[in-house]
Amino acid sequence: MMAATIASANSLTSAFLPRQGLNGSSQSLQWRTQKKQFARKAGSGTITAKFDLKPPPYPMDALEPHMSSRTFEFHWGKHHRAYVDNLNKQIDGTELDGKTLEDIILVTYNKGSPLPAFNNAAQAWNHQFFWESMNPNGGGEPSGELLELINRDFGSYDAFVKEFKAAAATQFGSGWAWLAYKPEDKKLALVKTPNAENPLVLGYTPLLTIDVWEHYHLLLVESAT
Amino acid sequence: MALRTIMTKRTFAGVLGFRQQLRGVQTFSLPDLPYDYGALEPAINGEIMQLHHQKHHQTYITNYNKALEQLHDAINKGDSSTVAKLQSAIKFNGGGHINHSVFWKNLTPIREGGGEPPKGSLGSAIDTNFGSIEAAIQKMNAEGAALQGSGWVWLGVDKELKRLVIETTSNQDPLVIKGPNLVPLLGIDVWEHAYYLQYKNVKPDYLKNIWKVMNWKYAAEVYEKECP
Repeated sequence: MMAATIASANSLTSAFLPRQGLNGSSQSLQWRTQKKQFARKAGSGTITAKFDLKPPPYPMDALEPHMSSRTFEFHWGKHHRAYVDNLNKQIDGTELDGKTLEDIILVTYNKGSPLPAFNNAAQAWNHQFFWESMNPNGGGEPSGELLELINRDFGSYDAFVKEFKAAAATQFGSGWAWLAYKPEDKKLALVKTPNAENPLVLGYTPLLTIDVWEHYHLLLVESAT
Repeated sequence: MALRTIMTKRTFAGVLGFRQQLRGVQTFSLPDLPYDYGALEPAINGEIMQLHHQKHHQTYITNYNKALEQLHDAINKGDSSTVAKLQSAIKFNGGGHINHSVFWKNLTPIREGGGEPPKGSLGSAIDTNFGSIEAAIQKMNAEGAALQGSGWVWLGVDKELKRLVIETTSNQDPLVIKGPNLVPLLGIDVWEHAYYLQYKNVKPDYLKNIWKVMNWKYAAEVYEKECP
């Protein structure tokens, strides 16, 4: 679970299209490093903005026995897909249409009074990040600067793992546990967020995450009994 | 809150679980289910019921007892910071114990009257407040389906205003968090652990089917006691 792969926020896919009005002019947007993909709605002939459900970066059975392919099928194929599909429906034709996923998250977080699209946008992002947080060849200690920071801010890698597990286990309800970098302190921190919230809305840079919604681990329990 | 928890524990200790004396603190133990684990099938399967009762409810009780003992020690030592720190664990685990104790009574096998709509004063109060029982069920299901994350959807009665309410609570917050006079009549657990092993991500099907094993008789008894 403690995968050594560190996904940077910029590598995440938010495939989207520039919104084109009837006059064909595209909105000026803050282009980040996301891949741009064009999708056409069948039959309509119009180009529409749309987030895609990106496949996990490895086969669905690649994380066994830690995560069963059955868990993965539901978690990616049902939960993650539903967040993406529902987000696309929610933003269709609104001013959010055409924004990056990160921008939608920040806008709809609305300083702690989330707007309706926040939940789907943030959960779509969180799950994508979660897949990137794991790797079939993962595990073991990181190296380089990250290891130095972990040693500096948590004492040791083992102490960090222990604290990370404790943070995940003590979440009161659904949510996420994160290793994040706090730019204003120039320090690593463990962050627990409820439901769909994530460190982006706090201004931190997420580095790793553990999904502590029950849908993640319940099927593991089932397969263990 | 801390003191109130201590003061009122006697009142619900008699109702919820058996009392134990441990280091001078009254602690709680897992109440028996009034039916077999498989008795609610096919609405809720036996595997869910067993895990939900033996693992989840037991864990809330274990951690609630632990928090109460720590609270007792902290109060004796005059350690206000620890007393304050324990509140979230007490609300979560104590709430988990209270909510699940009500939930088990809210359900009953079909052959013992599960799903039979309420008669008497609760039936007419539902018609007055929500139009019909179907409308009340629809409202609870809609609110339960829309609840983000973990929580509960409740049919409750305000015992002062003698009025029925439909409310949701987050995580393991008990209904009383939403108002000091609110008493739960029926609660539906919409934590994923309540349905996921059987219904997976299709929460609306769970919400639809749970009404087939709903114990309206229990709800009617509580209502009549609060609103004689």
